[in-house]
Amino acid sequence: MNAETPVEAIPTADDRKIGPVLMEMKHITLRFGGVKAITDISFDIREGEIRSIIGPNGAGKSSMLNVISGFYVPQEGEVWFRGARRPQMKPYQVARQGIARTFQNIALFDGMSVLDNIMTGRLTLMKTGLAAQSLWWGKAQREETEHREKVEKIIDFLEIQAIRKTPVGRLPYGLKKRVELARALAAEPMLLLLDEPMAGMNVEEKEDMCRFILDVNDEFGTTICLIEHDMGVVMDLSDRVVVMDYGKKIGDGTPDEVRGNQAVIDAYLGVAHD
Amino acid sequence: MTETQPAEGLVSIPALLARNARERMDRPAYREKEFGIWQCWTWQQAHQEVRALAMGLLALGLNRGDFVAIVGRNRPSMYWSMVAAQMCGAVPVPLYQDAVAEEMAYVLDHCGARFVICGDQEQVDKVIEVQDRIHHIEQVVYVDKRGMRKYDHSRMNALADVLAEGRAAHFRFESELDARIAELTYDSTCVMLYTSGTTGKPKGVVLSNRNIIETAKASVAFDHLGQDEEVLAYLPMAWVGDFIFSIGQAMVAGFCVNCPESPATMLTDLREIGPTYLFAPPRIFESMLTSVMIRMEDAGDLKHALFKHFMEFAKGTGETYGMPRYRKQQSKPTLRRRLRWAYRFAMGIGFAVETILENAVRGFFVRLRHPIEARKYFKARGPLLNLYPQPWRDYFSYRTGEVLVYGPLKNTLGLSRIRVAYTAGEAIGPEIFEFYRSIGINLKQLYGQTEASVFITQQPDGQVRSDTVGVPSPGVEVKIADNGEVFYRSPGTFVEYYKNADSTASTKDSEGWVATGDAGFFEPGTGHLRIIDRAKDVGKMADGALFAPKYVENKLKFFPDILEAVVFGAGRDRCCAFINIDLNAVGNWAERNAIAYSSYQELAGHPKVYAMIRAHVEEVNRSLAADPILSSCQVHRFLILHKELDADDGELTRTRKVRRNIIAEKYADLVAALYGGAKTIATETEVTYEDGRKGHIRATLTLADAEVVPVAERRAAA
Repeated sequence: MNAETPVEAIPTADDRKIGPVLMEMKHITLRFGGVKAITDISFDIREGEIRSIIGPNGAGKSSMLNVISGFYVPQEGEVWFRGARRPQMKPYQVARQGIARTFQNIALFDGMSVLDNIMTGRLTLMKTGLAAQSLWWGKAQREETEHREKVEKIIDFLEIQAIRKTPVGRLPYGLKKRVELARALAAEPMLLLLDEPMAGMNVEEKEDMCRFILDVNDEFGTTICLIEHDMGVVMDLSDRVVVMDYGKKIGDGTPDEVRGNQAVIDAYLGVAHD
Repeated sequence: MTETQPAEGLVSIPALLARNARERMDRPAYREKEFGIWQCWTWQQAHQEVRALAMGLLALGLNRGDFVAIVGRNRPSMYWSMVAAQMCGAVPVPLYQDAVAEEMAYVLDHCGARFVICGDQEQVDKVIEVQDRIHHIEQVVYVDKRGMRKYDHSRMNALADVLAEGRAAHFRFESELDARIAELTYDSTCVMLYTSGTTGKPKGVVLSNRNIIETAKASVAFDHLGQDEEVLAYLPMAWVGDFIFSIGQAMVAGFCVNCPESPATMLTDLREIGPTYLFAPPRIFESMLTSVMIRMEDAGDLKHALFKHFMEFAKGTGETYGMPRYRKQQSKPTLRRRLRWAYRFAMGIGFAVETILENAVRGFFVRLRHPIEARKYFKARGPLLNLYPQPWRDYFSYRTGEVLVYGPLKNTLGLSRIRVAYTAGEAIGPEIFEFYRSIGINLKQLYGQTEASVFITQQPDGQVRSDTVGVPSPGVEVKIADNGEVFYRSPGTFVEYYKNADSTASTKDSEGWVATGDAGFFEPGTGHLRIIDRAKDVGKMADGALFAPKYVENKLKFFPDILEAVVFGAGRDRCCAFINIDLNAVGNWAERNAIAYSSYQELAGHPKVYAMIRAHVEEVNRSLAADPILSSCQVHRFLILHKELDADDGELTRTRKVRRNIIAEKYADLVAALYGGAKTIATETEVTYEDGRKGHIRATLTLADAEVVPVAERRAAA
């Protein structure tokens, strides 16, 4: 309490712990028929970091995210998660492993309230069966109370108390994005995949979102992998950045390294064809 | 002033808290909605929490006479911090939580606070920002731990840790704390509140225990407030109103203070709590009414018709049949109250059914003749058979309205249980005032200021009007000086301005009379006080006519489309005005009239919006022309500003009062253009964002002429 005895040892801003490799992509190639969406890409995501994937339109960023989330199965290459090779999986199995995501085009249940939408994020964590839940008695009731408590913490965290009972369909775009983030967080993921969390937002909403992303990373220690177009945002938020162009990896490193990379500059500013 | 001491030795807020903990042990004292659930603390728990917190602060080294700045949103722990500081013999100084770091720096520097208790990370950041300039801040305590993990904690603690330390170390500090509480007297400082600073720098108003407790006692007795009241604490904690209301009156009467979950959920929480006593600036009532009207525009035809009919009816009858009566016992809904309620409900339903049946029967006979004839018949006779005498019919009709319209409406607004509601701080529009009164909400006006511990005059039940501010509150003497300025003297009169003896001397004379700075007069006959304007804002125009800008601005602001207005004209030959549109009201209007707009600026500059605002201005001009004293204050030219006036830009005070001089200076080019002949003007304005960064807005504004009722000619003719 006194100045001599600090409350606890607190890591300061700059030595945030970036842990061992959480997920590794090894020589991933993804084809749709004859079209190569991703060509031989390798990179890793470390525990506790914010990893961004950037690139011009059609570079294969979203495909990459879908590979990570197990929605697409690459024709070549391996995905390693927590030190083991991940076999081909259904998306819900991936979700159970601790990977949650948000979507570029909001994918919420419009008719349901914000609260119910976020509760769906906890489905993979619920243990009682359908029958018990529909009777809502005994263990199922207790379990729901526990889950509700977690969800309320997330609502508090993302400051959406005022819209708790509002149907999602009535919300403006920026808030829907926040609800989607809340739902992803409700699954208590180890790895959170964000597909353009700031697309179509105004400056103020973007700043809010940035703060939430940093806070999530900071408070829950969640590893975050995000796709984003806004370079300012990416460079400020990320610990490391992967740059893609035409399905190939053209840069990888800290924001500063990437900023100085000639291939990246060419990809973004264009090269004179001579 | 009488130098009395209360008999029971209740000479301070901590003593009152101890009494409540003794006498009202298990009754709720504080509630806060958190994680979607109302958390409740009884008086006893609250007392223990406050004591633990006080001991924690002692452990941190809080001395007698220290100032403890408190900044954050309304939460029980913030209120406890204030009382805990008092227990330690320190002085709490609540600050406006939305103040930017710069404004906070001035106040922190002026009072020399050693301790700052912050609500959350945002407030801590501001304190850290000013800390390199202000070196006397020793300890920062924060309530919400979120985002605080990475901060340097050598001189910073979480409130929960301070509480825990206080509990753990209670053996060491128990006697010390009791000694310090015993030292508090009726005249020791209770709180220091900073004025909002309409002109110049804020001043620290020192209020003693006597001020707060005497005022609270008088006002509690005036409105028969008891321990069963429910209130919602949502007003800025730095405002004297909130201090009197959530600490003074709550401690004296022993009622429960409810804190909303977040500022955004205020209206939802209001509805869930259903307060019986409410204190709100006119702005809140205005925005509630605006939202009701907007939603009624979108409602179905039947609902719309019902609403229109019954609101029209209530205008004349609400005063008589709608007002809640004071009931001495209200702890539990007794059988008698239930029966009365059931009777009223049944009367309402019964009368509605009876009306429909009667009309059906009558309509059947009349229709036998001819539809057109039938319509004539109903128009002539009114829709009812006149079975009962007029007052009975009104009573029954009002009960029907209560069941069909007023009740549900009050329920939606969260005002069903309101027994007493006060509006203060600014003038309220007569239509708005009448609306709430007519649906049976006992909305009253009061006139007060920080220096008086709020109450100077207030309206007693049954003598409520929109154009006066009532009779002097119990214990308050009021006199009008020769120049029209209002003076008062009361037990609530402040001790001094902190470190500002000059201002104290110029405001408060040796006999204790305090100048309010407002000009007003007592209405002959009723003895009610009427306020015209700030005494120093009341000026002269070039031709010597009286110029009262606020009076005109209020008239303009009574239109829901107009959010703010600033009128210029002192020393000039005619008046001109800046107008801020209300984005909610005008936006909705635009939507319904298929007017497309992409930004506030575009909407504000739309020709149709200009036409609408011009109609409002001309209506105000007509009503001003009818007043012989103020007829020359008619607005000749106006413009609609391209940005909302904002406290962050220094254009408004934190209590949202217009800072006239600053606006005139900042928009000097626009004022010049209004008095020039130009039709449009291009301008650039600096804006400050909430985090203190600056930006610029460019705009081309239209200047519009408004028609003026020619008074000079009439005067010449007369």
